[in-house]
Amino acid sequence: MRLSLLALALVFALILGIGLGPYPLSPGQIFDALTGGLTGGLTGAGDDRQAQVVLWNIRGPRVISAALIGAGLAAAGAAYQVVFRNPLVSPDILGVSAGAGFGAVLGILLGLPVMAIQLMGFGFGLATVALVIGLTLALRGGAQLLVMVLCGIVIGALAGAGISLVKLLADPDEQLPAITFWLMGSLAGVKRVDLLAAAPAVILGLVPLIALRWRIGLLAMGDDEARAMGIEAGRLRFVVIAAATLITAAAVALAGVIGWIGLMVPHMARLVAGPRFDRMLPAALLAGASFMVLVDTAARMIAPMEVPLGILTAVLGAPVFVVLLARGARAWNG
Amino acid sequence: MERLTATGAPLLSARDLAVGHGARALIRGIGFDLHAGRVLCLLGPNGAGKTTLFRTLLGLIPPVAGKVLLGGADLDGLSRSQIAARLAHVPQALASPFAYTARDIVLMGASVGLGAFARPGRAEEARAMAALDRLGIADLADEDVTRLSGGQRQMVLIARALAQEAQVLVMDEPTASLDFANVKAVEAAILGLAAAGQAVVVSTHDPGQAAMLGDEALLVSRAGVIASGPVSDVMQEAALSRLYGLPVRRIEGPDGRPHFY
Repeated sequence: MRLSLLALALVFALILGIGLGPYPLSPGQIFDALTGGLTGGLTGAGDDRQAQVVLWNIRGPRVISAALIGAGLAAAGAAYQVVFRNPLVSPDILGVSAGAGFGAVLGILLGLPVMAIQLMGFGFGLATVALVIGLTLALRGGAQLLVMVLCGIVIGALAGAGISLVKLLADPDEQLPAITFWLMGSLAGVKRVDLLAAAPAVILGLVPLIALRWRIGLLAMGDDEARAMGIEAGRLRFVVIAAATLITAAAVALAGVIGWIGLMVPHMARLVAGPRFDRMLPAALLAGASFMVLVDTAARMIAPMEVPLGILTAVLGAPVFVVLLARGARAWNG
Repeated sequence: MERLTATGAPLLSARDLAVGHGARALIRGIGFDLHAGRVLCLLGPNGAGKTTLFRTLLGLIPPVAGKVLLGGADLDGLSRSQIAARLAHVPQALASPFAYTARDIVLMGASVGLGAFARPGRAEEARAMAALDRLGIADLADEDVTRLSGGQRQMVLIARALAQEAQVLVMDEPTASLDFANVKAVEAAILGLAAAGQAVVVSTHDPGQAAMLGDEALLVSRAGVIASGPVSDVMQEAALSRLYGLPVRRIEGPDGRPHFY
C-alpha cells in the first residue's frame, strides 16, 4: 500500500521532470512521444517531432539518470547502514566519493574528453575502496569494521588532499570552474550515451542488494550472530560493499559528488516501511529515485543558471534530516 | 519437572578440547557429552574463557586442539547453515542498531535454512509466532525491542533461538543483569525447554542457579578445568572454593536444594 504510494510519487516526479523546462510537455504529449518513439523512432513532424526530441534526447536521459542515481545512492546508503550497523553511515564512508572525485578532477586537469573523465572517476572510486579493504586486511585488527571505517577516513582524506592539489594546479579560468561545478554534482549535459555507459554498473550493483535483501538484513545483528544464524557474514559483507561501491562510483562518475541522498533517504524509507532491510529497500529505491528527479528538476528550473545538485540536496536534506531525527528517534537506536 | 534420562547419541560433545585465540589456549582438557533433555551449566570467574568456549562451540573460532562434535559430526566439517540447523545461540544481550519489533527478531531465527535469495513467508511467520507463544510473550510481538526491558529482550532472544528449531541451545549468561522476577522467568523457560527434549548449555555466575538448572556442570578457571561431571558431584565446596579462590560453603535448603554462600 505504502509502496504503491511511493511508486505513484515516482511516476508523478518523472512526469514533472520530463514535462517542465523551456519547452514544456503535457502528460499527453509525453505519452504520445513515448509511444511514438518506441514504435517508429523519431518520425513525427513539427511539434510532435520536437516533443520526441526533447523526450528521447534531452530530458529523458537526464531524468532517467537522476532516477537511477537517486535509487542507487539510496540503496547503497541503506545497505551500508546495515553492514556497518550504524544509521548515520552514508555511501562515501569508505572513501569512494572522494576517490572518484579525485580521479575525475585529475581527468579534467589533464584535459581528457568527457568519457575518459567519467571512466577515471569510476576507476579511482573502485580503486580507493579496494585500497581501503586491502589495508584493512593487512592490518588484521580485532574490530575489523572499525578499522575499515578508519582506513576509509584516512584514504578519503588523502583523496581530498589530491583534489585540493589538482584545484591548485588547474587553470583558474577554464578548468577550475569546471572542477568546482563537477565536485558539487550536476546532471547538466548528461546525454543518452553517458546514461547507457553508467546504467549497467548501477544495475549490476543493485541486483545483489535486491536479491539478497533478507540475508543482508541479518548483518545488522553483528557478525557472530549472523554467523550463528547460518550466514557467511564475511563473504556477504564483501558482496554488499562491492555492490554499493560499484553503484556509488558509477553515480559519481556520471553526476559528480551528490551528498545527503544516501544518508537521508534510507531514514525516510525506514519511517515508511520499518527497519527490516528487505522491506525498506524497495521503499528506499522508490523514494531515492523520486527525490533525485525532483531535486534535479528544481536545479534546472529555479534559477537562470543550473544550480549544483550537491547544494540543493544539502539545503533540502539538512532540515529534512533534523525533522527525521526529531520524529524518528524511535526508528533507530543511535 | 521430570528430567529426561540420557538416551541415544549425545547431541553435543567436546573431546579433549582446548579453546583460545590463535595458538594460545585459555582452557585445555574440556570434555563432555550432552544428551537431549539435559542441561550443562558452565561456571567460572570473569576472564576464564567462558565466552571463548562458547564461540568455539558455535564454530565461530576454531579449537586450539581437540574437537567439538555436533550430532556426532565434527564441527569443522559442517557449513554455517548446517551448524545453525542443529545449534542455536542465545547471546548475552540484544544489540540492534535499528528498532526492530520482537516479531522481526524472532523471524530471523525462524528463517534459518532459507535459500540465499529467499525471504521469509507465512510458514516462517507462523514459526516465529509459535516460538513467542511458547514462551508466553506473544503479546510482545509488535513491540519495538529497543523499548523492552532487559528481561523481555532476553525472552525474545530465547524465542529467536527456539524458532531456529535446533536441538541444542547455547546460552551465554542469560540471567546476567536481570531482576529477580525475570531471572525466575528465564530459569523456568530453560527447564521447560529441557523437559521438551532440548539440550542446553548455559553459563552462569550463580552456583545455586547452576545446581538448580543443571544436570551436569563444568567448572573452568584460568588454571583450566576444575571439575566436570554430574551436578551433584561437581557442585561441592572444595571445587567451588578452588574455582573462585575463596571459601565457598554449601548448605541444603529446606526444599532439599543446595545453596551456596
